[in-house]
Amino acid sequence: MARQIYQAIADGILVGGVYALMAVGLTLIFGVLDIINIAQGVLVILGAYLSYQLSVHLHLDLFLGLLITMPVMFVIGVVIQWAFIRRLRGRERTSMTLLVSYAVALIIEGILYKVYGADDRQLSASYVQSSVRLFGFYLSDIYLYGFALAVALVVALYALLYRTGFGRSVRATMQDETAARLIGIDVNRVAAVTFGVGVAVTAAGGMVYGATNSFNPNSGYDLISRLLAIIILGGLGSIGGALLASVFMLTVESLVDIWSPQWAIVVFYAALVLVLVIRPTGFFGRPPARAQ
Amino acid sequence: MGTVMGTVTGGATGRRRGLAGLALVLLALATVAFPLVFSSPVVTNYAIYALIFVAVGSAWNMFSGFSGYISLGHAVFFGSGAYTVGIAARDWHVNGVAVFALLPLAAVVGAVIAVPFGLVALRVRRHTFIVITIAVFFIFQLMAANFSFTGGTSGVSAPFLPWTPVSFNDHFYYITLGCAAVAIAVAAGVRRSRFGLQLRAIRDDEDRARGLGVQTMRVKLTAFVLSATVAGLVGGVWFLYLTQVQPPSGFDPLFDLSLVLMSFLGGLGTVSGPVLGALIVEPGQLYLTITYTNGYVSEILLGALLLVVVLFVPRGLIPTAGEWIKKIQTRGRPAVSPASQRPPALSGLRSEELATSDEGRQGLKGGRRRAGEEI
Repeated sequence: MARQIYQAIADGILVGGVYALMAVGLTLIFGVLDIINIAQGVLVILGAYLSYQLSVHLHLDLFLGLLITMPVMFVIGVVIQWAFIRRLRGRERTSMTLLVSYAVALIIEGILYKVYGADDRQLSASYVQSSVRLFGFYLSDIYLYGFALAVALVVALYALLYRTGFGRSVRATMQDETAARLIGIDVNRVAAVTFGVGVAVTAAGGMVYGATNSFNPNSGYDLISRLLAIIILGGLGSIGGALLASVFMLTVESLVDIWSPQWAIVVFYAALVLVLVIRPTGFFGRPPARAQ
Repeated sequence: MGTVMGTVTGGATGRRRGLAGLALVLLALATVAFPLVFSSPVVTNYAIYALIFVAVGSAWNMFSGFSGYISLGHAVFFGSGAYTVGIAARDWHVNGVAVFALLPLAAVVGAVIAVPFGLVALRVRRHTFIVITIAVFFIFQLMAANFSFTGGTSGVSAPFLPWTPVSFNDHFYYITLGCAAVAIAVAAGVRRSRFGLQLRAIRDDEDRARGLGVQTMRVKLTAFVLSATVAGLVGGVWFLYLTQVQPPSGFDPLFDLSLVLMSFLGGLGTVSGPVLGALIVEPGQLYLTITYTNGYVSEILLGALLLVVVLFVPRGLIPTAGEWIKKIQTRGRPAVSPASQRPPALSGLRSEELATSDEGRQGLKGGRRRAGEEI
């Protein structure tokens, strides 16, 4: 029993790392643009399909393929922000961004159906099936590599946000958009680049997700609801919170999974509701500023 | 929200009221006569789905449109209403036309679920509220799939109704028409009441509304429960029409987004907006799904339609049309009548101004006046 529990915790932490990759992009986009990007789930799947395309047709290694898919996804993100999200203003902005990102999700999903059909796919590579024995636990290689990738990307993201001039503009925009505009930050450019970075990071998450789960064009909806639960739990706009919440949620799910697999996912959402009853801003959320 | 009817003087208002009344009567006659003219079940099927969404859309808008809290969890009430009727009919062996007696139970279950749901979710605002409603929605969907009394993934079937296909659809046409009429009447009643004014004050600035003496939690929760009651009732009707419900159809994530789209297309926070939106979107969606059975074409078209609506008619059809009418009427005259002619009543104020002006404050506390927005 104890072994099972330790194994479940180890699994939860590793899978949590993969979810963190996807959640960090979503929370960053929320923090800067103040929108819920429903399309993020489908963008994860799009990233997985891009990796699939590269590995099947060009026989490119999954991790090497990221060097191509991430820039492509960056451009897609910038285009989405520039074409649609930039234009939304006014009091109904919250619901408008919901609708726009949902529309984008529908269109991408439709295109994926057209190109790949509804069959389940999974990315394959030599390290997807193999596993390694570490301290008496069996840990599959892809999760270990994925976790390492997650750590590397999150560190890179932190460096970008806290060590560069661009990162300073991003953080300024997150704190107060009007003030950032006043001191001469090009808020539109910051928003576009942030959206691109958020989507590009997601592509990496999509690759690992696609290697560890089977996916079809419809898989995005289940993902986006989990990701939303994670970033709300961590506190909207908090990157550290998103990391912690991913690991926490996936560990809880993996623990409940020992006793009852079908209820594990219910516990996932119930945990969110419970935590928010006690702490409405999530783990690291700032109290909401009064909108004027 | 503008002030379309705001500055029209006495006689014109009376004539316009008369015209509007006449139009309403004609519309009512047309809707009642509809199945007599178009008796084909294919056509009435479209009408029934449209009316179901008119009813749920009005109910959704009555809470989310008026209060500004966008709920993506109304499928919880809709699906629970459907399951309530199904499970009660199965376990109590209710057969034939008697199942319609179970519909009030569906409404009650919707309301009962809304109380704890609202008490938890309404403590947080904006995006967090939206995500909590999504989370509760998934909890319900998963519960429906995992419990044994809900029939698991195979769901529940409705008892057989002893009607021919044509009369089946005709009966359901009038039932859904009744539901839609009730939902619209409730929404219109709320909008005209002091309660509706308080809801819109919450939408505009919740903290200030509370400062002015609105008991925000009580008002929000009441609207939420009222909206859920209607949604539960309509869910029950929908189940009897479809004769079956499974977890993914009863608790469908696209259902909530369709409601947002309908209200948004027509005009969020207006009474007629979701009605118009539902009449456009639902038959369109149904037509696309029936015509393009391979799925992706209808998805891409729906997505493109959504983008067009949000980018080009961002305020909804009804308010935009109202602006155009006003522009045409005021052509060659000043758009705003001189200050001395303006009636001192509240009718010229926007609800944003209401919360800050003295008159508005009295209106919120107990006055009977209301804002003259488009209805």
